[in-house]
Amino acid sequence: MNNVTRERVTAQFGDKILATTESFGELAFAVDKSAIVALTRFLRDDIALKYVHLSDITATDWPEREQRFEVIYHLYSYDLTEYVRFKVHVADKESVPTLTGEWDTANWLEREVFDLFGISFDGHPDLRRILLWDEFEGHPLRKDYPLTYETPQFTYNKDLPPEVIK
Amino acid sequence: MGLEEKIPDGIILATAEKVVNWARKRSTWPFGFGLACCAIEMMSSFGPKYDLSRFGMEVMRASPRQADLMIVAGRVSNKMAPVLKRLYDQMPNPKWVISMGACASCGGIFNNYAILQGVDKIVPVDIYVPGCPPRPEQLIDGIVKLQKLIDQEKLKGDSRQSA
Amino acid sequence: MQTETMTVNLGPQHPATHGVLRVVLELDGEVVIKCTPEVGYLHTGIEKTAEAKLYYKVIPMTDRMDYLAPMSNNLGYCLAVEKLLGVEAPPKAQWARVLLTEITRLNSHLVWLGTHALDIGAMSMLLYVFREREDLLTIYEAVSGQRMMSTYFRIGGLADDLPDDFEPMVRKVLKTFPVRFQEYENILTNNRIWRNRTIGVGVISKEEAIKSGITGPMLRAAGVKHDLRKARPYSSYEKFDFEIPTQQASDCFARYQVRLEEMRQSLRIIQQAMDGMPEGRYLARVPGVVLPTKEEALFQMEAMIYHFKLVTEGFHPPKGEVYVTIESPKGELGYYIVSDGGTMPYRMRVRPPSFVNISALSKLVVGRLLADVIACIGSIDIVLGEVDR
Repeated sequence: MNNVTRERVTAQFGDKILATTESFGELAFAVDKSAIVALTRFLRDDIALKYVHLSDITATDWPEREQRFEVIYHLYSYDLTEYVRFKVHVADKESVPTLTGEWDTANWLEREVFDLFGISFDGHPDLRRILLWDEFEGHPLRKDYPLTYETPQFTYNKDLPPEVIK
Repeated sequence: MGLEEKIPDGIILATAEKVVNWARKRSTWPFGFGLACCAIEMMSSFGPKYDLSRFGMEVMRASPRQADLMIVAGRVSNKMAPVLKRLYDQMPNPKWVISMGACASCGGIFNNYAILQGVDKIVPVDIYVPGCPPRPEQLIDGIVKLQKLIDQEKLKGDSRQSA
Repeated sequence: MQTETMTVNLGPQHPATHGVLRVVLELDGEVVIKCTPEVGYLHTGIEKTAEAKLYYKVIPMTDRMDYLAPMSNNLGYCLAVEKLLGVEAPPKAQWARVLLTEITRLNSHLVWLGTHALDIGAMSMLLYVFREREDLLTIYEAVSGQRMMSTYFRIGGLADDLPDDFEPMVRKVLKTFPVRFQEYENILTNNRIWRNRTIGVGVISKEEAIKSGITGPMLRAAGVKHDLRKARPYSSYEKFDFEIPTQQASDCFARYQVRLEEMRQSLRIIQQAMDGMPEGRYLARVPGVVLPTKEEALFQMEAMIYHFKLVTEGFHPPKGEVYVTIESPKGELGYYIVSDGGTMPYRMRVRPPSFVNISALSKLVVGRLLADVIACIGSIDIVLGEVDR
């Protein structure tokens, strides 16, 4: 099943695909960020593939890399019952084209990525924080954001100020 | 003995404090502040098996203005904390707070940027109910303990200081 | 004549928002013209916290996301880590997992039914479902020692063997629940108030539903016959015989019908799982990765050493990433785990079904009355712990 997707994507967008991997039986493409909208639209509309369901948009942070963020898209086809993964590498303060035009799901999922990672999406109609409040500083899922460990207060240390370990 | 023998039938003498406390403790209306997992166990305690109405506590109020007791059931996020404080301020005196579950009491297993490490940082808590989530029996025990607390309150002055 | 719209704030503390959802509504009279759900009031930082925990220690946190379906969450996470490790749970564990996740489905749908009916005005339903729920929680407690946050599944199997009195308890559920479901139907299905409040309310077309990423019972109520248990069977679901209920109407009543039928199908699966429960180990025998059983750890030297090393140090899965989805009671629950070869997940992402489903709320309610908003929120079946994580 995966082969169909692989062939068709490679045939159509061969020059935009930076890497193709298949590990743990999961097909993944690393693509150029300029192609992500056209590529997902192609997968959605292609009659043999029909990846109509945008399952998830998320990101990972690799601070030591030059392009530290990976934005990760998971698409699902109800006909093939297969997932496919796309990765877009972006540097800090760089933005990614939005998928809100193609899927309504993308709206909130991209907002969440923006909220927790600080990656902005070009053309998103309503890009603001979703899980955290507006005044919050920083983006917690970045690796350099501390988990903010705070010592629990008991009777023996209740008069001391809470110790925040970062 | 003394005065009590002389008064007519049907009249009992008691201090105003006792009567008021008795009335208060038997009709504490909780404010259903369901936040997370504990809220479901709170609903279980109002349910048919545990039946909190045996203790005069089942009249869940949706509005803080009609409630005397706030059961903080679940983790309080930093985003929710101002809301919780505001709702607490809207409750009429006298009011009590039960912190239900580990998360509300001390942050529980979530010691991170998002969760308030204990609801007692923003509102005064009378009873802490441990557990993750506490069983309905534990909540009921907490409520019965709170009733004992209410029984000892003083009418004059700040009741919280003396209790 | 000049008319002004009114902005109404619903929540975050409102009895009909199933937790701490906040909805900002713009009303023209009583008709909703704009609806903006605001979430995040229960944001717990689970994804961040999981990055600082050993793989084993993440399991209790997954319970607390969708706290009405803890075992489904456990299962999704365990399957993802097992895929990463290349470990497969033994047959007995797989069947027990199926059985218990179906009990979880019952549990979740029951609470949904009770709270949804309560919102619409049928309070007695809440009391009925909580009566039934106690039976299910007794099973949870028997297997795991906890009523709600079971944390029963482990990477590679189960935490402990099924107890001796497990079967009679399950048989009791199998015997009593069909009668109870009939009771619910008697109360609700032909109830005029119930029908008026739900039929034709919250309609979303099939195309819109797919475009909005809706999954689970909501999607099936819109006419898409899709269930990950059938489409991508996990944990031996392919060995069980059950139907996927669908409806075409895609309104609140259709969702009610789908969920009620799903509960019946769950009972079928539970019956099959109980009848055919295989014998054998409940944990895979993969030293160094999967915990040894309690007896082994107590009586065998090597097992104890492995146990100690696993608990203190953890294991090192290979580098890579997996995305595993399961059909939770709310819809498609996905776990995306990235491993950098360390003992803790480099990144754990949860694809929450409720989060995506509630984002489509405005499509259900715009143009309808304020009271319908309550029915729609109820019919989506959200759990805020999962929406906000």
